[in-house]
Amino acid sequence: MAGSTLEIKDLHVEIEGEKILNGVNLTLTGGEFHAVMGPNGTGKSTLASAIMGHPKYEVTQGDIFLDGENVLEMEVDERAQAGLFLAMQYPSEISGVTNSDFLRSSINARREEGDEISLMKFIKEMDSKMDTLDIDKNMAQRYLNEGFSGGEKKRNEILQLMMIQPAIAILDEIDSGLDIDALKVVAKGINDMRDDNFGCLIITHYQRLLNYVTPDNVHVMMQGRIVKSGGPELAQRLEEEGYDWIKDELGIEDETVSQNA
Amino acid sequence: MAVDISQAYDKDYVRQFSEGLNEPEWMKTLRLDALEKAENLPMPKPDKTNITKWNFSNFKHNVDAESIPSLDTLPPEIQDFLEEDHTPANLLIQRNQIAAYSTMSEELKNKGVIFTDIFTALREHGDLVAQYYMKDAVHVDEHRLSALHAALMNSGVFVYVPKNVEIEEPLQAIFWQEDPEAAFFNHILVVAEENSSVTYVENYISHNKEEQSTANIVTEVFAKANAKVSFGAVDNFAAGTTVYVNRRGVADRDARIEWALGQMNEGNTASENVTHLMGENSFANAKTVTVGRGSQISNFTANITHYGKESEGYILQHGVMKDKASAIFNGIGKIAHGATKSNAEQESRVLMLSKDARGDANPILLIDEDDVTAGHAASVGRVDPVQLYYLMSRGISKVEAQRLIIHGFLAPVVNQLPIQAVKNQLTQVIERKVY
Repeated sequence: MAGSTLEIKDLHVEIEGEKILNGVNLTLTGGEFHAVMGPNGTGKSTLASAIMGHPKYEVTQGDIFLDGENVLEMEVDERAQAGLFLAMQYPSEISGVTNSDFLRSSINARREEGDEISLMKFIKEMDSKMDTLDIDKNMAQRYLNEGFSGGEKKRNEILQLMMIQPAIAILDEIDSGLDIDALKVVAKGINDMRDDNFGCLIITHYQRLLNYVTPDNVHVMMQGRIVKSGGPELAQRLEEEGYDWIKDELGIEDETVSQNA
Repeated sequence: MAVDISQAYDKDYVRQFSEGLNEPEWMKTLRLDALEKAENLPMPKPDKTNITKWNFSNFKHNVDAESIPSLDTLPPEIQDFLEEDHTPANLLIQRNQIAAYSTMSEELKNKGVIFTDIFTALREHGDLVAQYYMKDAVHVDEHRLSALHAALMNSGVFVYVPKNVEIEEPLQAIFWQEDPEAAFFNHILVVAEENSSVTYVENYISHNKEEQSTANIVTEVFAKANAKVSFGAVDNFAAGTTVYVNRRGVADRDARIEWALGQMNEGNTASENVTHLMGENSFANAKTVTVGRGSQISNFTANITHYGKESEGYILQHGVMKDKASAIFNGIGKIAHGATKSNAEQESRVLMLSKDARGDANPILLIDEDDVTAGHAASVGRVDPVQLYYLMSRGISKVEAQRLIIHGFLAPVVNQLPIQAVKNQLTQVIERKVY
């Protein structure tokens, strides 16, 4: 079997006592790209944050496994070490820590002591990936996300993705706030990652990213659950007709779960 | 314990001390006059910290030391503050009260730059020192500690940069309290004449954990019209030394004074850093970082007072508190009447690493003019869990993530220090104090 497998089973999540996810089931395997779509407030970002272990989100029921290992028992850094990566919708700004120092620490965190990546090799790799993503070279020495524009932050998330090379990546609204040129650049970065050892969960409420990154499977979230799954043609139909037909089909009046979702 | 030292150090002692150093008459008079005043002056009252019980009286005043024949003979903990190739060429090492090592490039000597210990300066440039010494920046009679400083001053450095001389290489001074009980009544006087520029970096080092001593430091910086002074410091007195440090600057028209102070003492510390922006379009940037640990108590006051029109002042104070350490950060931006179009900005942030640590940030704006801008930001809090989450989501351990955040938090001063070895030292001191 190529790549890793992420299994999400009957996942229930609360934030500050408010129920957001109400039983999500999803399996993603290396080599596959899945899109999770849905209107705002249906729980998509909560799913991403819960998988990575955001401190505000509490899993109240269900399981997440990565290659059979119980993800919910792992600390956030252990989840990352095990192969998970989340490109965040709102990455933190960290003053005084350069982008480059941060990235090198991230890469070395996966390596044994004494086997750290050489500075030359690191710089070479970062330079070439920054070229791919059309990122200004001085971003390496800027403080992590501090004063970055929305687009710069998104590119920086993808830069980290490309440098870290995780087994499974979750991209949380990576396309929001990007103009069409930036969107193409980010899509190129994601497509460059595609191989049998890499699985990707793309969370978005626009179909437009999927014009450039073709998903193998598309899932629609409403009311904190996956209510419909299909192939790329499902995304196409959502683009053309919106979400109302699904609501009608399933008899859903209000698709949202909460302001916080 | 009151600050009653007049019995140990009386008029006869001070007179003999001054005469033994062949000081000019005015200096002897200033000392004796100050000693008399010290008896009746009150202790300084830093806002929100009571320092009246601190040890400012138990110490040895006159401690000899050997000179340093070569830098290779220095112990490693002092060598660490020097660049590996023993640059800068402009270096002064004071060992207890003795100027034990001193060097300055021929180029600077030829330009008329003075960089020497305070006693040599008093003997060779007495009139020049007299023009500035405790006159317009720090006054003898401000409080008991300033008067005691004047009476008992036992070491220091004089820096003089003539008109139009721009010094690129930093000047470095190392003050090494080798004797565990030696007191530092250290006086730094920096005078930058019109259109000149200078970068000065100092380090205070001691290793007295149990033995008690005190440091009473006064620094006066004068930046004349269009002069630029960059003043960097890493204070690292050990737990036994109680510290009062008063660093004051006076900036004339178009002048700039930039402070970058790493306040890493282990003992109780009261620090005052005041800049008077006298001239039009003068500028001050006061950045300080500190790490408090153990049960040490500290009070840091950063004050920029605007008198000149269109003057700009920026205060940044970042502190990390752990164990049972407690610290008060007073930030004072004052704009005097008439200082129109001035800008006073300040930021004080405290990061708490333990539940018993205490930190307090007091931003104060005192504005007596309408046509100005001013702002302040202050916060006291713990390491942001969302920042930790972000770093950890890349595989970085919690400990390492915290380390990155703390170093980042203290980076504004670390990055501004011009000598790589000193920068490394400050980073190491931070590392040692935080973990």
